[in-house]
Amino acid sequence: MNAPALNQEVSQEGAGAQPLVRAHDLARTFDVSPPWLNRMLEGKPRQLLHAVDGVSFEIEQGTTLALVGESGCGKSTVARLLVGLYQPTRGSFAFDGQDAHAAFQGPQARAMRRRIQMIFQDPYASLNPRWLVEDIIAEPLREHGILSDKAQTRERVGQLLESVGLAAADMAKYPHQFSGGQRQRISIARALASEPQFLVCDEPTSALDVSVQAQVLNIMKDLQRARGLTYLFISHNLAVVRHVSDQVGVMYLGRLVELADKRALFGSPRHPYTRMLLDAIPKMHDTGRARTPVQGEVPNPLNPPPGCAFNPRCPFANDRCRSERPQLLGTGGARVACHAVQEGRI
Amino acid sequence: MSLLEVENLVVEFPTRRGTLRALDDVSFAIAPGEILGVVGESGAGKSLTGASIIGLLEPPGRVASGQIRLEGQRIDNLPHEQLRHIRGRKIGAIFQDPLTSLNPLYTVGRQLVETIRTHLPVSAAEARARAIALLQDTGIPAPEQRIDHYPHQFSGGMRQRVVIALALAAEPQLIVADEPTTALDVSIQAQIIQLLKNICTSRGAAVMLITHDMGVIAETCDRVAVMYAGRVAEIGPVHEVINQPAHPYTAGLMACIPDMDAERERLAQIDGAMPRLNAIPQGCAFNPRCPQVFERCRVQRPGLLPAGATQAACWLHDAARQEAA
Repeated sequence: MNAPALNQEVSQEGAGAQPLVRAHDLARTFDVSPPWLNRMLEGKPRQLLHAVDGVSFEIEQGTTLALVGESGCGKSTVARLLVGLYQPTRGSFAFDGQDAHAAFQGPQARAMRRRIQMIFQDPYASLNPRWLVEDIIAEPLREHGILSDKAQTRERVGQLLESVGLAAADMAKYPHQFSGGQRQRISIARALASEPQFLVCDEPTSALDVSVQAQVLNIMKDLQRARGLTYLFISHNLAVVRHVSDQVGVMYLGRLVELADKRALFGSPRHPYTRMLLDAIPKMHDTGRARTPVQGEVPNPLNPPPGCAFNPRCPFANDRCRSERPQLLGTGGARVACHAVQEGRI
Repeated sequence: MSLLEVENLVVEFPTRRGTLRALDDVSFAIAPGEILGVVGESGAGKSLTGASIIGLLEPPGRVASGQIRLEGQRIDNLPHEQLRHIRGRKIGAIFQDPLTSLNPLYTVGRQLVETIRTHLPVSAAEARARAIALLQDTGIPAPEQRIDHYPHQFSGGMRQRVVIALALAAEPQLIVADEPTTALDVSIQAQIIQLLKNICTSRGAAVMLITHDMGVIAETCDRVAVMYAGRVAEIGPVHEVINQPAHPYTAGLMACIPDMDAERERLAQIDGAMPRLNAIPQGCAFNPRCPQVFERCRVQRPGLLPAGATQAACWLHDAARQEAA
């Protein structure tokens, strides 16, 4: 099969007509039941964890969707669903008009993986310490049958390293010879090796210091501009999200509570949880300002509250919020899942 | 008088390939009731400074020279036993990971009571009553029941509240808090910072808050010390350091942080990385990355010089140079 040719054809067609990435009602449930014997003897029921529970979004080619939320809200599970590391329990993910999860399981799997790559959080754990950087970056080139000639591969690896601000000569080193930020650049170079169109980045700068974070974020933006890359950017840091994204989705307990253009979300946040998150960020130039932090914590995802999952912490919750689950509604730039917003109470 | 004085502190790690200087001539003071922030990137020596003060330097690390004084009394050369009495009684500690700072095999009540009775002459019943009051003060709901629970029965934020209660148990005058909110989510982080600030203010305890998060510093501290490569680069009132940084490193660090208020197409970046301990450049440690470097920076190491409202270890603020200019 002539994969590269096919790639280009489809992507050109896809660019104008439809979003590159379209997730519809994606859900993933994990079975966290106690072992069979305990269930029998102690009468414990089966237990299901709804890590992601009906998430829908679209990403246009060349833009960035950021997902934010606190630990356990399901953002990393979404990332793993999109790269095919998990199969969804429900819902669909169309990539460039094609059912990606069907492709991941069929003979097209390799071609699909080539177009969707991932960057992981921990640059210390995601690079094989026993491999030379050259082998790490050349692996996707060989695996996808892009290059087999040794000299050509080496030249390509050098170009990739240079595109992320490292020297071509660095390919003869091992990962431990690099700092955290440099390692994360190696991860980016590896992800770029197969010339993907879509990069899923799961907290790519969370393990890095701020000065190094700035370097990595700048490189990611430059690459996006130069190659028209599409990103799904996962982070818990709203300031970083504001810097890199075009569209932002706020997740809470497995669901999207607000999905809006960056300007709308940061300019006029509507969901009470989004407002709380924005208010929770310490402001740099406002020294000594006292905040009134929202009380309470994220509920146990095994036993989420009925109705809107945020209702126990929400200052605007009423009886409807406690019984009926709000849908993500709204038009165009901003969609919100909140009864209070939809009823015009806030 | 200052509560804590750190003077010319040098911490070294002897290794097979020579001695590494992890802290080099660090000096600062904390007044009673003051909150001093210590900020810097990984490896700048923030946590080591905290560990030296509470006497928990991991061997082979050792205080090679300099002094640490608490209420005028030297504590860096005390024998182990005496230091134990100070640690807990006069200096409380809060660490990053609340799960590893609590013993998983004991109820939180037992750990609190043990700490209280080690340091204060009270009966078991009295200690328990104090423990319940502490849990109440740190915002744990239903403390009468929660006191008999084990650490794993608490969530991360609640555990950090227990750790704060534990640090305050013997009413210390100084709390060393090393990245107390780094392991927590933002909404919980806001709660814990607020709690730490309020509870220390109401008890008059001074705090040394070590963190890499400039936002937390801005919101909490009175003064801040910025560390780089084991040295203090700049120290001064928090508002001035953030808004008019005098050291080029502080200025670069501030510019790197994505801002919630302003939108920028590209972030400013400081090229390069912090030097390794075995390759600290001569002169100012920041000189290879500094945009305003000049000849003197490469040969002579600057001490802390007055720079407006703050003090910066930078030759740009040398009085003689400024006069010449």
